[in-house]
Amino acid sequence: MEKSFTLRVLKSLNRKSWLALGLFLAVTLVVVPVLHLLVPPESAFHVSAYAITLFGKIMCYAIVAVAMDLIWGYGGILSLGHGLFFALGGYAFGMYLMRQIGRDGSYQSDLPDFMVFLDWKKLPWYWSGSDSLWWVAFLVIVVPAIVAFIFGYFAFRSRIKGVYFSIITQALTYAAMLLFFRNETGFGGNNGFTDFKRILGYSITSPDMRLVLFGLTALMLAATLVFARWLVTSKFGRVLTAIRDAESRVMFIGYNPLWYKLFAWVISAILCGIAGALYVPQVGIINPSEMSPANSIEIAIWVAVGGRGTLIGPVIGASVVNLAKSWFTVSFPEYWLFFLGLLFILVTLLLPHGLVGLWKTLRQSRGPRT
Amino acid sequence: MREFLRKVVGIDPEKCAPEYRVGYPGKQRMLDLSHNVILYLDDISVSFDGFKALNKLTMAIDAGELRCIIGPNGAGKTTMMDVITGKTRPDSGTAFFGQSIDLTRLSEPEIAHAGVGRKFQKPTIFQQHSVFENLELAMKTDKRVRRSLLARLRDEERDRVADTLRQIRLDTEAERPAGLLSHGQKQWLEIGMLLVQEPQLLLLDEPVAGMTDDETMRTAELFVSLAGQHSLVVVEHDMAFIKELGGLVTVLHEGSVLAEGDLDTVQNDERVIEVYLGR
Repeated sequence: MEKSFTLRVLKSLNRKSWLALGLFLAVTLVVVPVLHLLVPPESAFHVSAYAITLFGKIMCYAIVAVAMDLIWGYGGILSLGHGLFFALGGYAFGMYLMRQIGRDGSYQSDLPDFMVFLDWKKLPWYWSGSDSLWWVAFLVIVVPAIVAFIFGYFAFRSRIKGVYFSIITQALTYAAMLLFFRNETGFGGNNGFTDFKRILGYSITSPDMRLVLFGLTALMLAATLVFARWLVTSKFGRVLTAIRDAESRVMFIGYNPLWYKLFAWVISAILCGIAGALYVPQVGIINPSEMSPANSIEIAIWVAVGGRGTLIGPVIGASVVNLAKSWFTVSFPEYWLFFLGLLFILVTLLLPHGLVGLWKTLRQSRGPRT
Repeated sequence: MREFLRKVVGIDPEKCAPEYRVGYPGKQRMLDLSHNVILYLDDISVSFDGFKALNKLTMAIDAGELRCIIGPNGAGKTTMMDVITGKTRPDSGTAFFGQSIDLTRLSEPEIAHAGVGRKFQKPTIFQQHSVFENLELAMKTDKRVRRSLLARLRDEERDRVADTLRQIRLDTEAERPAGLLSHGQKQWLEIGMLLVQEPQLLLLDEPVAGMTDDETMRTAELFVSLAGQHSLVVVEHDMAFIKELGGLVTVLHEGSVLAEGDLDTVQNDERVIEVYLGR
């Protein structure tokens, strides 16, 4: 009997996973807001604005990590340029945030400050429509998708694989970074966008807005996980992992790997773009350093630490590494990169399946469960 | 414009016609077998860095035929299969599938979809997938992305997989990861994947390597039963197996046909003996 599409999505997660997801949403959408707004700041249960921003940021990273895992863990394609798609989404939404500043900038002009500084008289053509939230939301999805499609089409059609592909993605994000560093590009040069004031007229620094952004990020992360789970359990997902394991066999049974890889690649880029758009208003700044090669490598490390080829692994990896980062960069700022490098070496040598793999091994070594 | 599309974008405008698209069930071109020839290789040459892997190879396979190909190492057996399946483009010559499909202009998935199935020398299966899933992925169906996203097995497809599992004697292993099978079982699984793909021409590169004698004989029986409905080209070194298959034998040497005939004739051919025993 043909089952409906909704039912198939529902069935792609087991009962325990749905329960965990429900719990996660209950905490992020109900418990955290209550603890932030209603519990007085001197109480031990109060959730500070700092904590909300930190966890909101980490959830954005977790979305990126899941997107990375789709293409790397399931598709076997290691991208070291995913920071580019994240930054493109961020810049697209940043344009809207810049327009929302209105005349409250330091030059009291309709144009963003950096354009006044460059002595530009009107907005460049690609800024048109950027005062509309809907148009910008469209750009957040479409710009990373188009860049990913064009790059992916040529790379996969030429059958560029493995380390060669990874190096080209590094070059791509590096080239984009240099482009965005230029003032003439029209995206604020090396300062990027900052000093945001409002979204839809509401103050961006108010507790309510902070909670709305936090809740939207949580919803997006949950939706990403459900979507990714459905995708990897579909026949498409099985073909994708088959391409990872034996691409020539896939071709000789009549699938064209190009379109399968390209689809996963574009989906992955779109998810990164959305994560970037949620990240920028919470952090309050976007600049070209988000496109630096090191940032993209860090994304791969999150996934490797958590465990690729599982969906919860990247979420755990992104959380653990970034919590460690926010502690380290306060306590031992000089040593963070050394620690990150050490972590990557240790995980590669000792935990090829990441923290999730370690957890599974520990459970099995406790002997057969009754 | 045509040149631009072909060279820069990589789209061959002539190939945009629906019948050329991969995964177009029901609408693919009917294989034209009017001259009773399913595969016609004409004057094919392939060279790698000056080494002539195939040298003006000309050969025809009849529809429903079971043909064995033998030859010493480096005779060009695997290169010939690479040319037929689109993995290698010949420097010159044509390879026709039926009367109308020029294989040298199609990509690997397009050739697979036209009806050519291939078994590799080293068994290549999807190690991480279960035996059942291996067959599910290989099964003849619409193989475009948008179909795969929503595809579900129909009952008759499930039955087809179950039948094939019994045929290749892996019905008790259906849920095991294919990587855990024995070497001989992997060979059988790959043959099973070919069967559910329903090709008209099967290319089998050393299908019984690593099989026990019993498994080898069962494989021979299976192939003989497939001939007629399908056409088979088998590359093998195992003479007992070739004898069991019957059929014509083609001897390749230095990239072209050295001799052709039934096994006895070929084995008694002076030149063949010389090639195999060395100068």
